[in-house]
Amino acid sequence: MKLVIAMLMDGMIYASWLFLIAAGLTLIYGVMRILNMAHGSFYAIGAYAGASLVGFYLAGGYPPWGAYLVLLGAAIFSGIIIGLLVERGLLRFMYGRDEVVMILVTYAILLILEDVIKLAWGVDAYFAYQPYTLLGRTKLVGLSYANYDIALIFISASICFLLWWGLNRTRQGKLLQAVIHDRDTAAFLGINVTRMFTVTFVIGAVLGTFAGALTAPGISVMPGIGIEVIILAFAVVVIGGLGSIGGALTGALIVGLARSASVHLYPEAELFVIYGVMAVVLAFRPQGLFAIATARKI
Amino acid sequence: MFRSFAKKSTLTGLILVSAAAQPILAADDYKLGLVTFLSGGAAGPFGIPAQNAAKLVLETLNAGQLPAPYNTTGINGRTIVPVFMDEAGGATKQASEYRNLVERQGVDAVVGYISSGDCLAVPAVAEQLKTLTVLFDCGTPRVFEENDFKYVFRTGPTATMDNVAAAHYINETVEGLKSVSGINQNYSFGHESWADFNGSLNQLKAGVDVTTEQFPKIYAGQYGAEISALMVNSANVIHSSFWGGDMEAFLLQGSARGLFEDQTALLTTGESAMYRLSDQIPEGTILGGRGPFGVFAPDTALNRWFREAYTSEFGTPPTYPAYKMVQGILGLKLATEKAALNVNGQPSTEDVVSAFEYLEYEGPGGKVSMNRGKGHQATMEMVYGRYALQDGKPAVTDVRHYAAACVTPPEGMTSVSWIEKGMPDAQCD
Repeated sequence: MKLVIAMLMDGMIYASWLFLIAAGLTLIYGVMRILNMAHGSFYAIGAYAGASLVGFYLAGGYPPWGAYLVLLGAAIFSGIIIGLLVERGLLRFMYGRDEVVMILVTYAILLILEDVIKLAWGVDAYFAYQPYTLLGRTKLVGLSYANYDIALIFISASICFLLWWGLNRTRQGKLLQAVIHDRDTAAFLGINVTRMFTVTFVIGAVLGTFAGALTAPGISVMPGIGIEVIILAFAVVVIGGLGSIGGALTGALIVGLARSASVHLYPEAELFVIYGVMAVVLAFRPQGLFAIATARKI
Repeated sequence: MFRSFAKKSTLTGLILVSAAAQPILAADDYKLGLVTFLSGGAAGPFGIPAQNAAKLVLETLNAGQLPAPYNTTGINGRTIVPVFMDEAGGATKQASEYRNLVERQGVDAVVGYISSGDCLAVPAVAEQLKTLTVLFDCGTPRVFEENDFKYVFRTGPTATMDNVAAAHYINETVEGLKSVSGINQNYSFGHESWADFNGSLNQLKAGVDVTTEQFPKIYAGQYGAEISALMVNSANVIHSSFWGGDMEAFLLQGSARGLFEDQTALLTTGESAMYRLSDQIPEGTILGGRGPFGVFAPDTALNRWFREAYTSEFGTPPTYPAYKMVQGILGLKLATEKAALNVNGQPSTEDVVSAFEYLEYEGPGGKVSMNRGKGHQATMEMVYGRYALQDGKPAVTDVRHYAAACVTPPEGMTSVSWIEKGMPDAQCD
């Protein structure tokens, strides 16, 4: 029983972390058909912004609980800035190009941003562990879990719900769905597609920086963290189907639970299991589990 | 006309900028290649401290102001001009970058390499180019156990020495030791460290159970499931050779979940985090420094100078990568100057190689004996202790020293077979 609970809890916590990273990636692909390699850098910038601002905040002797607001503010602020810079400054000139070209462009942005991060923050690690420990921990069948990690599950679930609600239950979401299905027809109908792209990209970027800022308290924030997570995020969105929020959630849950089971039952396969699951899914459904159906233009 | 002028101006500008970026060399300067991580996850905890130490010691050496016997200028009177190179990118890249250092930059010697993978890849090129190369930090014992290199030396201890000493330490200090678990990175250093530790512990104390062995991916950053597995399969001691950001993340996440309240962590590279995470490391955690470095270094004039100068310059005490870099540079200096005693003018690379073999010298971490790998591999005493806060400052208590002869396989025997055979000829007090 203890083992099963441990596998479920660890799987859920890992899945919630994966979903936070993958949500922005899949949203941008779903709307803009851009497989955004630079999403890893957005995550890293969020982590650096969160860790450094929390450091400044706590060094100033302010109440520790305020650190959570600082993390949130750092994520939103850095996400808006970097999202606007990348989309308005570069990507808008590339719209309409082949998806492979866009992968190369965003890969170039990833490499540039990695160096920008080093220039801005240096190569020494940043720590912001106070928010991680401040919430205490909960004992479950004899195992302790950091309440911060448990909170991540609820935060991810809330973001998933908000994205679903925003896309399916709001006017702007329905307009966005029209753009997703056929951007040319949507433009003919008077929808400002360019603005939709900008807003979507900025929301995707904020989701990336938010994931980074929320992760920062539990890790050593150092160069290269963005590149590490982007590979995992790709595995998640490929399993679930590129462009599908539900797919990202399902992919994150499958990867999280499979990895957790492996760590507990057969640790040697911990790394293999993630990509093994991906290979099996792609063998039977090359478009992923929940890929958005696309109309063929003749 | 304008285009031609613009081209010429650009070219001239580029030449000027490139010339300004190159150090101005005198004919007798000693050009030293220094390879360490300047980017990536290993830069902060290892690469940058090592680079800082190199800058500090080279500047002081060039001024002839290091404590005796290193108080002569540069290397054999030649001013040392450093050429730094980033170790990031993997073994294949490093092998070609090494070639660039020697053939294009024209360095006289190279001191470098933190990654075991790089230390296994670069020596073959060094031999081909007949360039003196000092490996300063990497841990895999395979470099000299599986090869005979003429131009390559390693002035730091191997990971086997770390882990055999760690096994001795817990065997002696953990009362009622019945079980251990392990969490190590999924690459050569992690696997070899765990195998050496577990193998030597089996030889020292029969019947110690292994409750779980975890090998997460290097730079994974998230260890929630592994921490749960370590809790479910509770042991007296958790062994880890994690380093850098991985070790720090494991410490943060493990401490937040109370992992170390019932189990003692044994961190073979933990010394490098004791100042950075001083309020997160649980007291009683067993720390190693990959040798007698950092807080474990002896109280000598050289060490006092190094600690004071480094702390004053960089605002934090030097950790073991910094010590090991200095040790590598000083070994090269001494070997060159020893070789110069028998020749007129500057010694050849072959002269320095002969002088370096079986050299014994004092580094900031104490005595270094180049007495394994046919005189190319250093041995040193190993030290472990327990983390404690003394007057609110990070410190170590219950420190134990293990002689090099106690934790090192004899010449000609591999670490694996030495441990399997019960560590014959080990000379422990």
